Amino acid sequence: MLQISCPYCGARAEIEFRCGGQAHLERPGPHDQVSDRQWAEYLFYRDNPKGVSLERWVHRFGCRQWFNVARSTLTHEILAVYGMGEQPPQLEGTKR
Amino acid sequence: MFLQEPKDLTRHYSAASLLREGFNKQKGWAPAWRDAAPKAEYDAVIIGGGGHGLATAYYLAKEFGMTRIAVLEKGWIGGGNTGRNTTVIRSNYFFPESAAFYDFSLKLYEGLTRDLNYNIMFSQRGMWNIAHDRHGVEMLHRAVNAMLLNGVDAELHDGAEVKRRIPILSDAPRYPVMAGLLQKRGGTARHDAIAWGYARAADMRGVDIVQNCEVTGFDIVDGAVTGVRTTRGDIKTGKVALAVAGNTSVLAELAGFRLPIISYALQACVSEPVKPVLDTVLLSISHGVYISQSDKGELVIGSAIDLYPSYAQRGNLPVMEHTAAGVVDLFPRFSRMRFLRQWAGIVDVMHDSTPVVGLSPVKGLYLNCGWGTGGFKAIPGAGFCYAHTIAKNEPHPLTAPFSLKRFETGALIDEAAGAGIAH
Repeated sequence: MLQISCPYCGARAEIEFRCGGQAHLERPGPHDQVSDRQWAEYLFYRDNPKGVSLERWVHRFGCRQWFNVARSTLTHEILAVYGMGEQPPQLEGTKR
Repeated sequence: MFLQEPKDLTRHYSAASLLREGFNKQKGWAPAWRDAAPKAEYDAVIIGGGGHGLATAYYLAKEFGMTRIAVLEKGWIGGGNTGRNTTVIRSNYFFPESAAFYDFSLKLYEGLTRDLNYNIMFSQRGMWNIAHDRHGVEMLHRAVNAMLLNGVDAELHDGAEVKRRIPILSDAPRYPVMAGLLQKRGGTARHDAIAWGYARAADMRGVDIVQNCEVTGFDIVDGAVTGVRTTRGDIKTGKVALAVAGNTSVLAELAGFRLPIISYALQACVSEPVKPVLDTVLLSISHGVYISQSDKGELVIGSAIDLYPSYAQRGNLPVMEHTAAGVVDLFPRFSRMRFLRQWAGIVDVMHDSTPVVGLSPVKGLYLNCGWGTGGFKAIPGAGFCYAHTIAKNEPHPLTAPFSLKRFETGALIDEAAGAGIAH
């Protein structure tokens, strides 16, 4: 069982949360100048790293706020929690 | 060393060979396959020694006459998802493309023991998909109609009939069993035997099976692959075929492209062995649970994926707890049974729960990925179609709709919604 530190509520068990997938995806635009390939990249293509993964999580059964998590997909260790709109911390093994 | 072995070693499995070796103190059995060392060059290199990779090698050698082939496996064959899945075989899909492919695979399974001369213990014990509410019943009606239109066997039964066929179901479950969809041709097989049987049959046709050999990079010249780098040396080849399930994104990154895949842990568990109590496979989508009983007597239990990306081959506790709760509601008599083992495999999930079997952005590099939680049932069909793809450099008609292009054209085959199951 993971323990995740919600920036608003503090440390809670993972069953209160839901992972919302890769963080820092930017919607391409303007919409009428976006190719099918770019839409496919935005909608479906993901980094899927083996190592540090930057993800959005929501405290679904708590404050319902979204935030970002840097988590290892190999050990499930949570390396950092940071707010929406913030840049990810510099971590060893991060792709971006 | 195996090349010097006497030719009279017993390689064919039959009742007669069993009898002969019984009188021979079992001393004449040949190893089922050679643990080969990698050569410097091959016509094709398959990465991944699971069911998919080994089946691909077998059909390349048997159907397409390519025998200078290596299967590279970073661990031991069948040690990944092939050895970790719950061995359910079925073809109860919704869309015509999926039904045609999965039923082709099921038909290959039906003849596989004879084809491979290796008992895969395929048991067509039937696969039940049960509904617990009016909407679930409507979805089963829809699924049965789709299956029949697609030429796949399907039967719809009411709750009383389900209970009659599976008497150990709870008399008063919290969520009543209102109907069940039965695919009689569905069932289970012995997962290790799939890997070992294909390995043995491929090896007998000259395929090199190389274990403990991890791919660390690709040689790509002008957009075409020319070789692979491994922990056991570089290998020249013009054709490289990925069959690495949850690690596909990692190898794609080594080759310089991304994929529409997210890797998740899918866990399963078995109970302590008991005498036969359950002679079929039962799936409850509402509970998110499926269960069968192995020949050893263990209850084999599976459920949905752990809902965050993972490359750790272990499951989390909440999903296991949820799974156990579903099993106990359906079968209260199992409540005192103990889990014997629990584990997870890393599955490669695509957005529409349909795989890719076809070409990649790199010339000579082929993709077999995106099977998500349902790759086991596809092993023979995918092996055959993937071998066709590699040999002819174009997708097999059955898997042509399963291309990467669909994410750009929008022609998704959305079995996640269509079949109402995670895979």
